[in-house]
Amino acid sequence: MKLTVKLFATFRQGRFAEAELELAEGTTLGSLADGLRIPREEIGILMVGGRHAELAHRPAPGDVVAIFPLLGGG
Amino acid sequence: MDKILRVDMSAKGGPKASVEPVGKYVGLGGRGMTSLIVADEVDPACHPLSAANKLVFAPGLLAGTSASTSGRISVGCKSPLTGGIKEANAGGQAGMALGRLGYAAVIFEGAPAGDDLWKVLIDKNGVSFSVDNSCRGLGNYDTVEKLVKVHGEKCAYVTIGQAGEMKLGAASIACTDRELRPTRHMGRGGVGAVMGSKKIKAIVVDESGTTPPQPRDPARFKEAAKAWVEGLKRHAVSGQGLPAFGTNVLTNVLNEAGGYPTFNFKEGRFAGASKISGETQAQLEIDRGGLATHGCQRGCTIQCSGIFHDKEGKYVTKQPEYETVWSHGGNCGIDDLDVIAQLDRMDDDFGLDTIEMGVTIGVAMEAGVIPFGDAAGALRLLGEVGKGTPLGRILGSGAGVTGKVFGVERVPVVKNQALPAYDPRAVQGQGVTYATSPMGGDHTAGYAVATNILKVGGFVDPLKPEGQVELSRNLQIATAAVDSTGMCLFVAFPVLDQPDTFQTLIDLLNAQYGLSLVGDDVAALGKKVLSAERGFNSRAGLGVEQDRLPRFFEQQPLAPHNVVFGVKPEELDRVFNW
Repeated sequence: MKLTVKLFATFRQGRFAEAELELAEGTTLGSLADGLRIPREEIGILMVGGRHAELAHRPAPGDVVAIFPLLGGG
Repeated sequence: MDKILRVDMSAKGGPKASVEPVGKYVGLGGRGMTSLIVADEVDPACHPLSAANKLVFAPGLLAGTSASTSGRISVGCKSPLTGGIKEANAGGQAGMALGRLGYAAVIFEGAPAGDDLWKVLIDKNGVSFSVDNSCRGLGNYDTVEKLVKVHGEKCAYVTIGQAGEMKLGAASIACTDRELRPTRHMGRGGVGAVMGSKKIKAIVVDESGTTPPQPRDPARFKEAAKAWVEGLKRHAVSGQGLPAFGTNVLTNVLNEAGGYPTFNFKEGRFAGASKISGETQAQLEIDRGGLATHGCQRGCTIQCSGIFHDKEGKYVTKQPEYETVWSHGGNCGIDDLDVIAQLDRMDDDFGLDTIEMGVTIGVAMEAGVIPFGDAAGALRLLGEVGKGTPLGRILGSGAGVTGKVFGVERVPVVKNQALPAYDPRAVQGQGVTYATSPMGGDHTAGYAVATNILKVGGFVDPLKPEGQVELSRNLQIATAAVDSTGMCLFVAFPVLDQPDTFQTLIDLLNAQYGLSLVGDDVAALGKKVLSAERGFNSRAGLGVEQDRLPRFFEQQPLAPHNVVFGVKPEELDRVFNW
């Protein structure tokens, strides 16, 4: 399945800002992060289609996945 | 810090000062100090621009010590914008200088007869006053430049620009940063107008010849100060994200979450967001020879600020904050960081709250004064405020007034103060804080974004009403307490997430003042401050019926999640039941 994956802040370093990735159906967000060599403990926020999701979530074909480190501001 | 400086601006023959012991306000700094003094001493029914109002400055409890990130300064008064109690705070150098001079608070009361503008000098010899009309009509940048020629580079400068002199509802009070630029503002609620009403153009705080306030227990303080820095550095937000990208790192987060108010709170996502994001901004600053990491005051570990240069590599302004980039950017359909930086510079120079002004221009765009996305038009409108034209004075009076003048329904204000950069429909906990904070539409007073969006300190689904009242209540209590220590609010990320860092903060206060505070005292302090503020508001005519969002948030669904604000009025009335 095709997914749009967006990375932010420090996760872009040595990777990408946005990419279309081909993944096996049933892949979890955790496995997706592992494949991108993003340590799970550094992940602050995961979103699928603009809604928060967990590492065990299995995205559907065509989903937009956003992965952020722990962030704050205001 | 054991004394309060009180200045009677009404005194015959010029302002008269007296010094009194801190007395019953001992153990309070920042917002706790300003709010309790205002609640005790200011007639809630007074006109905010009359002599009956007071302008109270207070540094944090650890200001001027070696504790990192402790140097913020608060100002309190009755707000000419909301009609209720107000506390606004800023970084920069002034808080630390006041702390070294030993002042727990400086109270300006009364107002002078006549039109002369006054300059106040606070130094190791006390306080002195002089008529100084030489800066009349000048912006903060020119004002500070003139003052530095007289008083030198070792002082902190607290000034108002044209907006404060005109007593506009969006007027701020500027503080100089380490580079002596007037970039750090006590922004919200029209505090600059109150300073203008007291005819104070500038306060010069000269710390030369002073030493840091001595801790009661130096060994314990030294140890805690070290652990404090370690705690701030260890947390991903204060140790990595904020230093590298600044507060504007939030643009992409809120935009992804569909809670980024766009086109005057019409939509929840902005197509141009990535062009004005913190990631883009930091790279642009580095490419142009500015700075992506910079402290607004000496000794800060977090260093969330930066320096923004133009295409020629020339200084324009400090790194515009997330709220500013949003208010002048996405909220107005503008996706050009150079334009946003120019607007930020103008706000700082005229002395205006960037949130209020961006939202105001968004309302003017909604009214058709200029179209959304019109960058040249936005620059022109803001310029009118500095010139004090009739249109400029309307805009400088804030979003509420502008909406009324131009007949706009969608006016995003609570208690007449503009809402910041999180749509309450898609960040519902934040909506509860906007509705109920004694400050009016304010994001810092109970930053539910942390829990709704950033997953710091737990997670409560941002799109549903469930759990938001409890979340906002707990955050408002904790924030009132942190604000009353006068620490920078960004310490809240590690303090709320790392129990040992929370304990370190208490250790610092205990070592400095010889106290024996425990964690529960912090919550009690937060409740005490909130109760005093709400009591003032109630007596000023801002009762619970004012603790509401504008109706359109309940009626107009927000894309992309097509949600409305779902927390019911009777639930909002439970926020302060503790």
